[in-house]
Formats: sequence, C-alpha cells, structure tokens
Amino acid sequence: MTQPPLQPAPGQEPSAAPAPSVCLQQITKSFGSTYAVNNVSLEIQQGEFFSLLGPSGCGKTTLLRMLAGFESPDRGRILIDGADMTRVPPYERPVNMMFQSYALFPHMSVADNIAFGLKQASMTRQLRTERVQEMMELVQISALARRKPHQLSGGQRQRVALARALARHPRILLLDEPLGALDRKLREKTQFELVNIQQRLGTTFIVVTHDQEEAMTMSSRIALMREGQIEQLDAPRRLYEFPATRYAASFIGSINLFEARVLRQNGDEITLASSDTDSELQARCSEKMLPGMRLTLAVRPEKIHLLADGELGPNRVRGRIKEIAYLGGVSMYHAELPGGKRLQFSQSNVLALAEQPLRPEQDVVLSWQPDSCTVLTE
Amino acid sequence: MNIPTLRRPVSGRRLIIGLPWLWLGLFFLLPFLFVLKLSLSESVLAQPPYLGLIREFQDGMLVLAINLGNYQLLLDDSLYLKALLSSLQIAAISTLLTLLLGYPMAYAIARSPRHWRLPLMMLIILPFWTSFLIRVYAWIGILKNNGLINQVLMGLGLIDSPLEILHTPVAVYIGIVYSYLPFMVLPLYATLVRLDVTLLEAAADLGCRPWKQFLRITLPLSMPGVLAGAMLVFIPVMGEFVIPDLLGGPETLMLGKLMWTEFFSNKDWPLASALAAVLLVVLIIPFMLLRHYEQRSQEPAA
Repeated sequence: MTQPPLQPAPGQEPSAAPAPSVCLQQITKSFGSTYAVNNVSLEIQQGEFFSLLGPSGCGKTTLLRMLAGFESPDRGRILIDGADMTRVPPYERPVNMMFQSYALFPHMSVADNIAFGLKQASMTRQLRTERVQEMMELVQISALARRKPHQLSGGQRQRVALARALARHPRILLLDEPLGALDRKLREKTQFELVNIQQRLGTTFIVVTHDQEEAMTMSSRIALMREGQIEQLDAPRRLYEFPATRYAASFIGSINLFEARVLRQNGDEITLASSDTDSELQARCSEKMLPGMRLTLAVRPEKIHLLADGELGPNRVRGRIKEIAYLGGVSMYHAELPGGKRLQFSQSNVLALAEQPLRPEQDVVLSWQPDSCTVLTE
Repeated sequence: MNIPTLRRPVSGRRLIIGLPWLWLGLFFLLPFLFVLKLSLSESVLAQPPYLGLIREFQDGMLVLAINLGNYQLLLDDSLYLKALLSSLQIAAISTLLTLLLGYPMAYAIARSPRHWRLPLMMLIILPFWTSFLIRVYAWIGILKNNGLINQVLMGLGLIDSPLEILHTPVAVYIGIVYSYLPFMVLPLYATLVRLDVTLLEAAADLGCRPWKQFLRITLPLSMPGVLAGAMLVFIPVMGEFVIPDLLGGPETLMLGKLMWTEFFSNKDWPLASALAAVLLVVLIIPFMLLRHYEQRSQEPAA
C-alpha cells in the first residue's frame, strides 16, 4: 500500500543525508553453478553519476536488476537511503529503471507512457498532466506527446524511456546501457545531455555500460567489474592514469604492457629490466619491491614521445615504424622494438602538415617519463 | 528456370500473391455463388429438388425466374428469426465461456518453463487425434441420466435422483466449450508467449502491482489473440449442428440444425441455401466492423 515517496521538485537541493544513497553489503547471486555477482560491497552517494563497467557476463546487469528488485540476492543486503530493500518488490522501491530495450508500452501514447508511473502513485489529474509536460520538456519531446512508440525513431524512444523513468522523481535512476542502441553521433550528444539532466535533478544515476568511453565521459565514479567482482572502483581519471591491475589497464583505453624484472629500488624510483627492450626501464613505485620480482610496466600510448637524434631521455627505446593510423586529431603509430614487441604510441596532429611526418619503416627513438607509467603486480 | 523470375520479380510476386486469391475464388466465392443461385430458385419434388434460374431461351429472349420467396419466408416465419437469435446467443455465451476458460490455460502455458510449453500445447491439441463426432458421442455417455456424472454424484450421495443434463442447453454448452476450447487457446497462447516480459518489469518498476500489470499491460496487448480466438469460436459455433443435434433437446434452436433439417429432411434445398446466405451476411458484418476498427487504430495520430 505504501507508495514510494516522491522526491521534492527538481531544483530543490536534497538535504544533506548522512546515509549513502545506495549501500550494497556482500551481495552474492548465482545462476545455477556460476556466480553472476560474487560478494560485492559498494557504497554510492546521493547525486553521484555512477557507472558499472565491464564486458558482457561480468555481472553488472544482474547487479542493476537486483537494485531494481527484479532479482533477489542469494546473500547480502541492499540498503537504499538507509532502508533495507533486499526483499522489497520492485513496485515499492524508490528506484526507477530505464531499460536497455526501453520497454515502452506499445499500446500507449508517449504522454500515457510517461504518465503510467504517476497514475500508480495516486496523483491528481492536474498534477499528473503538469508533471508529464515538465518531463517532456526536460527531454525535449513535447511535440511527440500523442505518438505511439512505433512511430518514433530510436533516439526519440530513448528520450521517452528516460522521461518515463524520471517522471516519479525517483531517488535513484538505474540505466541499463542507456545509449547502447543509438548511433555514434547521437550517443556523444546524448552523453552530455544525460549528465546535464542528472546535475539539474540531483538524482543518483547508476549506469550499466560496456563502453569505456561512455563511462569515462559521464561518470563521477566507475566500478570496473570482472567475473562477478569489482576489479577497481575509482574516478575515471584515476582509473585511466592509475589502473590497479593488468585487466583494468587493458580494459580502459589502449596501453603498452612490458613484462619486467626488478633490478633495484631507490626510494620510490625503481629500475627494471625487460626482455622486450635492450635498455633499463625507470618507473616510480612507492611500494617496497624486492630485486628479482616480476611485474608489469604499463605505459599509455600518448605518454610516449619521440626523441630527436642524439637527444637523451629516460626509458629510451629504439623501434621501427610498422603501421600508421590517422585518426584525425591524433595519429596512432605501431613501432616494432628490436625484440619483436610492438609498441603503440600516438602523436597529436597539431599542424596540418608536419615538417617531417613519420613514414613506415622509419627508425625512431622513443621515450617516456618514469612518472607517466604504472607498475602493476596483479 | 530461375533466370526469368529473377529478371521479372514483380510478376513472380504477383503469381505468389495470386495463388491464395485463386484458392479463395475457387473454393469460397464460387461455391457461395452456387448457394446464392440456389437460394433464388424454386423448390420442386424432383431430382435435383429445385428448378434452374434459366427457364427458357427462345428467339433471343432469355427468361429468368428469380424466386425471392425463400427470403420472404425467412422474414415471415418467426421460427427463423428465433433460430438466428438463439444461435447468436449460444455462440456469444460459448465464446465467453471458452475465453474465460481458455485465457488462464493459455497464460499458464505461456508462462511455464520453456521445455514444458510444447508438451502442454500437445495436451490441448491431443483431442483432435480422435474424431470430432466420436468425442461428442462420448459426452452422451457422460451426461445421460445413468451416465458417468450422475453415477458419481449419486454414488457420493450428493444427489438422490439423476440430474437432467443431456438434451438441455447446458449439455449443448458443455459440448461446444469442450470442442472449441483449443481454437481459443491456440491464438491466445501465440500472443501471450510473444509478449515481452520486460514490459511487465517496466510496469512493476513504475509502481504497478501484479494484478494491475495484468489489467493494464498483458490484457490490452493480448487483445489481438482474444479477437482471433473469439472469431475462431464464434463463427463455426453459429453454424454448428452436430452438437445441438446430439446433445441438445427439442428446445435448442440453432441455424445449423435448422439448415440440416431443411436440406436433408424437408429436401428444401433453396430454403436451406437462403438460410446459409443469411448466416454468411450476419457473420461478415461484425468481421468488417472489426477490420474497420483495426485499420483506424493503426493510423498515425494526427
């Protein structure tokens, strides 16, 4: 009987709540003999734009469905605004979801779709009409009010789905691959709109996505998932610059990984030897490393720069250009090191016609700073 | 062989579309024209028991005799109007009963685990393996005064004297609902099994309780199946004569039974044909209305 309380109108600042918006405590869920979600604990604060990122089958969608109430965890607790919601059915949770397939009701008009959730909340007709108007204006679909879902384009459907999910002013909005069905151009535009709407309403957004770019652009924090567990939970920038594991490093963006052995450590300066290069490698690492330890050195392509003839620099490696990909703003190069390893590096195309563009089969000397690479032990 | 069809895809497509039209023309329209012609002729005691429409063709003069007397009789004799109304009533009530019984069945099958659906549907279809006539006969054995139902009820001491079921309208309804249930379940199942369950999740997510989810999502979206099933039951029941003949009593009046009597007992082929023509018109009108309504609902909103 108790309908979930509706949040105050947008624009009003939510009172500083000490309890986190969402708190997952040791959530485990298995289907048959496989763990979809394995002992995940997580706290999400009010107003966050939080992403669950990972490849298909990593458990991110199951986690989202448990938050919505469509699946119940085998073990663990789900708290929403401090209240235990673990066994509460979906229709009594202060949460709304935007489905990957949008799940618009095909027999109802756009306005009726948006009004659906409001009708369940015993709202007066006038308030309801106003709210529907407000929502349609928010996502700019007022002109489509009387259309049926099958008369809309993919992008328009996505907006209706968003408006419908937001209409009840949920405390938390769950979005399952919200941009997955849109083409690239529209996706980029919509990313920013989603962030805008989220900031205007102050709603907690929890997004499931497999697209790392999408997660990077929109989120305040990202939980990178792998086989039912959280591999790393960090802000996008930290996730990119300081990946904790090889998996995290290679899932987000491009990266060069060197298998290396510790030679010596001096303070946080560490010297490594790698069979991939003939010279010693320098990196920074505050953790104590013992000589002889095996680890992985990770370098992003944009951190690598070219050295002129005779110029000195740390982490100097020789290579020969094998492939060039012109990507507009930058060009991506593949250089082959003497040992046969391929190294990716990028150069921004600042000038329309560089004085000496790199050519295939050209010999180059590459270098990167010790503090722009990461040492990975896992 | 393939080359000409590849070069002229339009004519190939026309051929394929033309086939069902040819079929309808040969096996529906043509027989109906025969029936129409027969209904306009005069009944005689002869072989065949009617006179042709063309009486003579002499000196370039074609003499046609069109007899509207059969239709006149249908209007004048209240028996036929009563039979029509009674048929409509029986067909409507039977359709409603099969819907009330068939919807939960179809729903349960569509929502059961995938590997259970086919065996369950087979159980619905299984009675078709036996002849329709034999199955209706079997109901006589079940419903008669010393039949299965009465013996069981009396054996249990629930009743003292046998219930009169056979040769009553109740028996007719039992027979019709039993026989036509699969025609209701099949289209309903086909619609319900295709219903996207994500829509129900979306409704639940928006605060809709299970029972309301059914009323607001499942039921409206299964209306095409309900309409298809209703037509598959209603139309043949209107012309049904075996079930009212075997299970019904003298007071059970139905057009199908009347047609049978006119055709085989009274040997009045023209009158029977006129009845058939009227029945067809009566059945086509709601069908046309339905089509009209469907087309309008598919038009884009202004």
